[in-house]
Amino acid sequence: MERRKFVKQVGLGGLLSSLGLDIVYSANLPKGYIPLALQDTDPFELFAKDQEMTILNRKPWNMEAKAHLLDDKITPNKYMFIRNNGLIPQIASASDWQLKIDGESVKTSKTYTLKELKTKFQTVSYQLTLECGGNGRSEFDPPAKGNQWTVGAVSCAEWTGVRLKDVLNDCGIKDDAVYIGYHAADIHLSHDPTKEPISRGMPLRKALQEETILAFQMNGEDIPLAHGYPLRLVAGGWPASVSGKWINRLSIRNIEHDGAKMKGSSYRVPCSPVAPGEKVKEEDMCIIESMPVKSLITYPKTGAIFSMEKKLDVRGHAWAGELSVRMVEYSIDFGSTWKPCKLEKAVNRLAWQHFQTQIEFPKKGYYEVWARATDSNDKKQPMLLPGWNPKGYLNNACHRIAVKVS
Amino acid sequence: MNKEKSKKIFRPLILVLAILGIVLVVYINSGPKLAQINMEDSSNSKNSSYDLEDPNRIENGIHLRTGLKDTTGLMTVVNNCTSCHSAEIIMQNRMSKEGWASTIKWMQETQNLWDLGENEVVIINYLATNYPPTKKGRREVLKDINWYKLEEK
Repeated sequence: MERRKFVKQVGLGGLLSSLGLDIVYSANLPKGYIPLALQDTDPFELFAKDQEMTILNRKPWNMEAKAHLLDDKITPNKYMFIRNNGLIPQIASASDWQLKIDGESVKTSKTYTLKELKTKFQTVSYQLTLECGGNGRSEFDPPAKGNQWTVGAVSCAEWTGVRLKDVLNDCGIKDDAVYIGYHAADIHLSHDPTKEPISRGMPLRKALQEETILAFQMNGEDIPLAHGYPLRLVAGGWPASVSGKWINRLSIRNIEHDGAKMKGSSYRVPCSPVAPGEKVKEEDMCIIESMPVKSLITYPKTGAIFSMEKKLDVRGHAWAGELSVRMVEYSIDFGSTWKPCKLEKAVNRLAWQHFQTQIEFPKKGYYEVWARATDSNDKKQPMLLPGWNPKGYLNNACHRIAVKVS
Repeated sequence: MNKEKSKKIFRPLILVLAILGIVLVVYINSGPKLAQINMEDSSNSKNSSYDLEDPNRIENGIHLRTGLKDTTGLMTVVNNCTSCHSAEIIMQNRMSKEGWASTIKWMQETQNLWDLGENEVVIINYLATNYPPTKKGRREVLKDINWYKLEEK
């Protein structure tokens, strides 16, 4: 292997220092032993992801699913998108993990160990939809800067933890509190220890919801490292960046939190609509809160060919941020006619809802199956791209698949 | 006399055990760190099997290690733009000169990017030439469909 050869020629010491890493007693390492750091990394193996997942970026790690991979009612880790702003932190063990609650508006600042959190407060589980604010960014014109997510930066896993409000109330919240800001253990890309890759948060009203939790489990197991082990904020229905990973400090703020990626154009859209490509002043950008209504066809995979005699089974999920989904319809004639799908109720608030239908096709040929969800406030998904915004957030345009009837 | 003798024998043995212990402790302590670096290792290379003896090898007009196109300014971009993040985030984006310039400014203001000096023009020209915006309209047609026969259940 070329990598091995390189190690031999340069010598381990030289190579390690080139990585900015020193191994004490490197001379004592067994001959021919290649430290883990230098072994080939297969990201799918590293993060226990399915081979069909799409890697958008290796530094920082960003990975998304394809629509048909998200067919499970509860998203397993192998199909869950990874969105990182910085480098994944080193976490050897959760036994000494601590969470500090501080800020201008905390009555008594306290620090909890993970064990204290687990024993002191009631444990709850919810299925919660987490969608990246930039999911669908790749479709905007003019193009928006950032990871070019298509449709797969969304998941709905079962998260287990304690209610954030129970922990905040245990410390006491002053009357002037307006926002919660999180701080975490991830590392800035520049390795500058004074910089945080991301430190976002949520208004107090979201923080105090029943379903906003400090989670220590995902789908019944320890949270995978890439998804925030050992402690993650989970605030379903809002841009997933609100659900901070590797949380070690929460600040109860008397101002809108001003951490990294709270300001400028990050996770913000123009307060009033703008023309595509228009420059927007910073003060005219508003923070995204609840995500818009959206749906995804997860079966069949796009590209299916089947015979006239067959009724096509179609299914998927729909979600609507803070709201619920009232209806999902499908069209096989580019929106000329719409027919309703069967829609299940959410298992709990902020979980996605499952829809299904069977479609008969009138004659042979090429079709597109389009799905359109309507939220409880009667807002529907647009068939075209929604309002352009500088960073390409909130694309909730209808999802569609191509099929051929033969 | 006997005691003296066993002391002489055991003293080096204890010393060896002590050293082994220290090495073991160091190894265990560096274990998670190594595992961690592993997660972020080779992450600025697109292709993990690129030729390490010739890290800047070009094939078919592509810089193998990063996947960037081999045109004027390539190595200036590789050297200035891929130490913090991977080239993948560059290549998936499409911007005009103005757009790339504002991205550089944002990185300088918030992400610790250094002053690029006269390289800035070279970099912006490279990016805007190789990764310019394309018109997509309000909704693109579905493309790159892999047709397959749907199996009966």
